[in-house]
Parts: sequence; C-alpha cells; structure tokens
Amino acid sequence: MQVPAPFEYARATTVDEAVALMGRFGDTARLIAGGHSLLPMMKLRLANFDYLIDINDLHGELGFIAVEPGVVRIGALTRHRELLDSAELAGVFPIFRDAERVIADPVVRNRGTLGGSLCQADPSEDLSAVCTTLDASCVIRGPLGTRTVSMADFHRGPYETAVADGEILTEVRFPVRDRGGSAYSKVERRAGDWAVVSAGSAVWLDDGGRIADARVGLAAVGPNTTGIPEISATLRGEEPSDEVFARAGEIAARSCEPATDQRGSAEYKRHLAAELTVRTLRTAVARAARGEA
Amino acid sequence: MQVTMIVNGDEVTREIEGRLLLVHFLRDVLALTGTHWGCDTSNCGTCVVWLDGEPVKSCTVLAAMAGGHEVRTVEGLAVDGKLDPVQEGFIQCHGLQCGFCTPGMLMTARALLDRNPDPSEGEIREAISGQICRCTGYATIVRSIRWAAVNAASEVTS
Repeated sequence: MQVPAPFEYARATTVDEAVALMGRFGDTARLIAGGHSLLPMMKLRLANFDYLIDINDLHGELGFIAVEPGVVRIGALTRHRELLDSAELAGVFPIFRDAERVIADPVVRNRGTLGGSLCQADPSEDLSAVCTTLDASCVIRGPLGTRTVSMADFHRGPYETAVADGEILTEVRFPVRDRGGSAYSKVERRAGDWAVVSAGSAVWLDDGGRIADARVGLAAVGPNTTGIPEISATLRGEEPSDEVFARAGEIAARSCEPATDQRGSAEYKRHLAAELTVRTLRTAVARAARGEA
Repeated sequence: MQVTMIVNGDEVTREIEGRLLLVHFLRDVLALTGTHWGCDTSNCGTCVVWLDGEPVKSCTVLAAMAGGHEVRTVEGLAVDGKLDPVQEGFIQCHGLQCGFCTPGMLMTARALLDRNPDPSEGEIREAISGQICRCTGYATIVRSIRWAAVNAASEVTS
C-alpha cells in the first residue's frame, strides 16, 4: 500500500487565508488542488510535507475562464475538464481543446487544474507548453501583494517555479491578437500517457495573409517546456508554405535538448519536434486563415 | 482529525489521519468494499467513485478532501434493490469476466449516461479511457454501456 508520510491537513476558504497559512508554515507546507501530481509523489515519498493546505474550496474564487477584449484570464483552479468543455475558450484558443483531449484521461481531468499543472513544472506537461506557446503570464499572490511573471521566467527548471514559499498562483493571462490561430499535437505511447514529445503553435496573420508573428512551444524535450524565439524570428513576414514550416521544424529539432529514455531516443524526439512543429503550424495557419482563431 | 461527508445519501463522521486516502476510508473504515483498490497510481480506474457527482479516482483523493462533500460508490447505484441500467447492461452483455475493474467502469458509465444519454461507441471508449480491464474485455464493456443507453433510457433516474 502506498500512503503518504503523516502530515497535518488544513483547508483554506479564501485566497487570503491560503496565503496566510502558507506564510505561517513556509516550506513545510504545500498547497493541494487536484492532487494528481502531488499525492503520487507523496505516496512514493519523493515529496514530504508537514502540512497540506487544501484549496479546492477556492474554486468559486479561482475557477473561471474570462474571455475579454485583448486578453483571456483563466483562474488557477480551473479544472482540465472545464478547459476542455469551454466552447468560448476553444473559439479564441483552439490549442486548449487540442491539448486537453490528450491530457491524462477524462476522470483525472475532472480533478486536475491549470495552476497545479503549471506549478508541478513537469518538463513533459502539456498545459505548460500551451502557456509557453501563447506567451502567457502568471499572476502570483503573496503576503506583499500581487506580481506577474512571464512563462519564460515562471519555470526555473524541472519541478521548480517562481512561486515562492508563502505565495500562490492565482491566475494565468493570455494576450489575444487579431487574425490568430493555434494548434497542439502530442505523440504518446498509449492513451493518457505523458508526451514522448508534444508541440504547440500559435500564428497571427497580417491583412495580406503573411505571418505577422508565430510562436512554438515544445514539451518533453528539455528541462522545461521550451519556447523557441528563433522560430518566431524566422517565420515573421513569410508567406505560409510547407517549405517555411519545414524550416521552422528544422530549427525546433536542433534547438531542443531531448534525452534518450524509455519513451524514445533523443534522435527520435528531435524528429518528432520537427514533425509536430510542422503539423501544428500548418493547422494553426489554416485556422487563422479560416478565422477560427 | 474528524471528517464528515455524505456517502450514498447517509452522513458519516469518523476520526481519521489526514493522510488517509478516500479509497481506504471507503473500504477499511466504512467497509464499503465494492470500490476496488488497484494500481494505486491513478492509472487503472477501478477505484472510481463520485465526488459531488463527478467521477474521481479515489486512490488519489484524500478522505479529508471529501469532507463536507457527497460521495457515491457502486453500492449506491442500485435503488431499493433494483439494479441501475448499467449494472443490468453488464449482466446482459457479459460486461465482466474477473470483475475487478467493474465498480469503476459502472460509476464512469453512469456518469457518462447522465451527461450524454445516447453516447456513440467512440464516446463510450473515450469515457472509459482512464480505466483498465486486464481481462481486455473492452468490447463487451462498451456493448454493456450501449445496452444501458438503448434499453433503459426511460428508466435512467439515478
């Protein structure tokens, strides 16, 4: 039987209370939301805490998807299933629906949250790649107030984030630009598994149908999900074509740092990074051109 | 610590350790052994119960987290001795061989049919994709859930 080491369980009913509890307990405490990453690690005694602070009661405060002019704001406690089911979100960022369909399984998606996924900072985690692709920023609340951190600064390495002891990730913000399209694709060994490699793309077209800007985010090919600025620089101003996408794919393959493991060789993962970059760019451009966002 | 929750319609209060998982609370504290305990890693899905009407893997939920909430287990499917249509479907279509995965399959199936009373085979397969049948009897499980949708649509009240 796998059981976590003993700890004290506490429950926060407001964000302020969660911040106060985290401030009091410091690094001996951890927030628990969906728990589907934290509890397995605690069962294996890879993670041990004296206090767990259950924040599921904050869903009313932190479970929301707000599509506003120029920005989409999503609460950190929004569950995978809510992200998958939101037609409004898929209308602006179809990449979410693409990704959520291949994250874990439907029952796990009933529990897991956006904030938990980002704070786990697993290098293979799909929503982190989505947030990297969409140039998200993370709103973190602590005893001294609120600060906002870009995705590039949010992840500090595998399983490490910018969220300090006594702080809580409350919200993730996504800038919305005109004539955009986005897509996500993942190769996995079996349904619901972690990615061998996955890629997300977001593209914005200008009035003439050229690529005004583009972003690619990769998962499972480095210490954190990886945004590749060189791809953005290469694609800007180009007419979309398979030749241009292939060039982006080549950059993805040589810019990532995959490791050979039981999911595949580094060489195979580089191949996937290239191919999935091409496929998601192609889909993102088609969606942008059709006005599907 | 003390925890109080509603399990299959009845309020229960027990003294527990904070680290107790919901699956063990149900099986070992309440003696509701219909919920099975399998992989312990939220992969196999035999421990699926409902938490406030949503299927969850109870090996990865603390009993304390269910405090103040409603839990429904496979024991709560039949009403007044009358089997739920999904249970009847598993009997009619040979939806189980060894039976180990069955409680989780039944709870997920019931939740699916409550949301989508006429699911396609593809939708059923998607719904149970987080659950493993080591007898590999998936074809008959899918058939059993379709049976419940087709034959008992009017009786689905649970």
